[in-house]
Amino acid sequence: MTSITGLPGLHRTVPQKYIPVLVTAGLFVAMFVAGGIRYENFATGQIILNVFIDNAFLLVVAVGMTFVILTGGIDLSVGSVVALSTMIAASLLKDGWPALGVIVLVLVIGAVLGLGMGAIIHYFEIQPFIVTLAGMFLARGLCYTISTDSIPIENETFTAIAQTRIGLGGDLSVSPSALIAVVVVLIAAFVLHYTRLGRNVYATGGSEQSALLMGLSVARTKISVYTISGFCSALGGLLFAFYSLSGYGLGAVGMELDAIAAVVIGGTLLTGGSGYLLGTVLGVLVLGLIQTIISFEGTLSSWWTKIFIGVLLFAFILLQRLFLGGSRR
Amino acid sequence: MTEHILRMSGITKTFPGVKALQDVNLSVRRGEIHAICGENGAGKSTLMKVLSGVYPHGEYEGEITFEGRRCEFGGIRDSEHAGIVIIHQELALSPQLSIAENIFLGNERAKRGVIDWNRTNYEAGELTKRVGLRENPTTLISDIGVGKQQLVEIAKALSKEVKLLILDEPTAALNDDDSAHLLDLLRGLRDEGITCVIISHKLNEVIAIADAVTIIRDGRTIETLDMAGDDVTEDRIISGMVGRALDNRFPEREPAIGEEAFRIEDWTVYSPSQPGRKVVDGASLRLRRGEIVGLAGLMGAGRTELAMSVFGRTYGTHISGRIFKDGKPIEIRTVQDAIKHGIAYATEDRKRYGLNLIEDIKRNVSAAGLRGLSRRGWVNENEEFRVAEQFRKSMNIKAPGVNSVVGKLSGGNQQKVVLSKWILTEPDVLILDEPTRGIDVGAKYEIYTIINRLADQGKAVLMISSELPELLGLCDRIYTLSEGRVTGEVPRGEATQERLMYLMTKGQE
Repeated sequence: MTSITGLPGLHRTVPQKYIPVLVTAGLFVAMFVAGGIRYENFATGQIILNVFIDNAFLLVVAVGMTFVILTGGIDLSVGSVVALSTMIAASLLKDGWPALGVIVLVLVIGAVLGLGMGAIIHYFEIQPFIVTLAGMFLARGLCYTISTDSIPIENETFTAIAQTRIGLGGDLSVSPSALIAVVVVLIAAFVLHYTRLGRNVYATGGSEQSALLMGLSVARTKISVYTISGFCSALGGLLFAFYSLSGYGLGAVGMELDAIAAVVIGGTLLTGGSGYLLGTVLGVLVLGLIQTIISFEGTLSSWWTKIFIGVLLFAFILLQRLFLGGSRR
Repeated sequence: MTEHILRMSGITKTFPGVKALQDVNLSVRRGEIHAICGENGAGKSTLMKVLSGVYPHGEYEGEITFEGRRCEFGGIRDSEHAGIVIIHQELALSPQLSIAENIFLGNERAKRGVIDWNRTNYEAGELTKRVGLRENPTTLISDIGVGKQQLVEIAKALSKEVKLLILDEPTAALNDDDSAHLLDLLRGLRDEGITCVIISHKLNEVIAIADAVTIIRDGRTIETLDMAGDDVTEDRIISGMVGRALDNRFPEREPAIGEEAFRIEDWTVYSPSQPGRKVVDGASLRLRRGEIVGLAGLMGAGRTELAMSVFGRTYGTHISGRIFKDGKPIEIRTVQDAIKHGIAYATEDRKRYGLNLIEDIKRNVSAAGLRGLSRRGWVNENEEFRVAEQFRKSMNIKAPGVNSVVGKLSGGNQQKVVLSKWILTEPDVLILDEPTRGIDVGAKYEIYTIINRLADQGKAVLMISSELPELLGLCDRIYTLSEGRVTGEVPRGEATQERLMYLMTKGQE
């Protein structure tokens, strides 16, 4: 059996399936410590909270993506759905809709889009890649039917949420969006680990044929995860609207790739069946921390973020290869 | 005409833990059709893989002499170069390419790297004419039937200037007309001087076409019969194929057989990949409570297909027939329906279809019966752990704990996890498909004990197995299946290996 090379002894005491998450956690801690040594005022709690605040929408989107990837699928539409959600919210608020009505409507639209894609993927047996690619173009295109320009949001509720900071004692504080994201993570983690739906997600990703032969409702599971992902994208869009106080059709371009990167860096197998939400949270934090470090560095171009993400992805895909090689022989 | 084109001597091939071939000898005369017969798993295909270089020289012991030269094939290319071509049971054609492209695949008619299409299609046309295929060489493979695809494979072999053609179960997937045509073609090739080795379960065909038969059993050569000299009958071949020692010990059991629990009538299933081909043809069988019933059949007889089509229509199309549970007709459209009606099916391929290998024992055990362990969608993890732990003890699953990943367990222990999973759904009828395949002797005995225990609890068990001694040792009654049809029902007292094999090889009248 292959073991994870470079980690002697670890695989004996810790179940192998936790290793990718632990590696990500270790990486996060190492980056934080390195940043703390290199820069003044870096090693504070607020730095981590800021990563949450700045990436709340990505975190929520990545949660939905985790469900999809755990079943062995992929959802490329999330970035466009985020943009579409900000556009719908901004235009309806401009027309004087109440904030609550807008929020509910946006969430319903996101979920319905996901449901539709999930149903097509399952019943017509089409690869998720191509269906959600179509969904990506569709949602992006719909943005421009609303407006080609950025629409500012001046609604009181939205601006209030954007500006509120909730104190956590000391001089620490977070935004409501970050709290919402954390709540979403907690609910999702419970669903994945304590419900039948969660079990079916892992079983479907582990082996769809065996899940079918065990009498699990593969159809409902697959459609559910795309619905969840659509819902999370819409919610992510709302958080993005709180964050940017505008709706823009060119917003969140490429966010689907950030979300996939976060999930993979968090140790979830792209082939499905193995991974944890905690990993996804760590994946988002790692991505956020890279950006923070680069902004502290000052002289580096922000494109270095992409280079680091690229290197990390390579490293984690190789790690998964070793992990898979060890368990499927 | 006693010159031997091929001599394999002392061939021994070992896989981790099993000796697949042991000191096998095979001699084939030039220009004859030589049949190889044996039960499932006797080692026929392994032997052909050794010959064709799938298992390269060095991975086996023994000597191969072809055309008077000692051969040490490093791969299929080497053996093809020498003139040996194997046509596997699963045809190796690319469906979206044309007949001509497939014939010359890997062997393209090209000038300086650019394919010469005129020459390709012309030569393909000549070859297809030789095998009696009238299709235009530009027709796509996916547009012709399996019988014709088989002919394309032979044309491809001819294009490589074949001297020895090996066919693995060439007629298994063919209807009678196509089979007859193929056999005629083989006779024609023999007259042209091409030697054929044919692996077949259809003994009437073997008798009709072969000049010699070599019988293999449990990885050893039993005998080679000369059709011209010896008086060879189907019974003669059967007695060589079976006669496996009944040395496996089986746990004692006093059968307590009750009312009928399950019955299927006139069950017919069509192949999903080959339209119009019946995989199961009007099969009827019944199981009673507390009874272990065997289902015997050779590869391709339709045993697994029968079981899976019953189990929530997980195989086949245009399924027709009736199912009765406890005497009442029931309708099973999905796996969930089957489970609800108390039917469980443990697959023959536990690694691919039976288990989620990257999950632990606990979650595999609970997967099918999770409904009983949860309320309103929420899983009771403590209960799940308790149940899994209970099964680990009662089934004697050897693992450090229920959190161990099943992918790392031995075959026997994996099978116990599969059985635990189904027992948790509280079935009345268990269909066990090759429950002891790939399991060591000690674990087999444990599985037998578990099966007996299930019967003693009043469950009806249908056991599919390729090992006749196992069926004889365990079952109260045995059905035989051949080419999708139930060809016999033999009670325990009357069952012998010869009788079963006779029924299993009974072709269409």
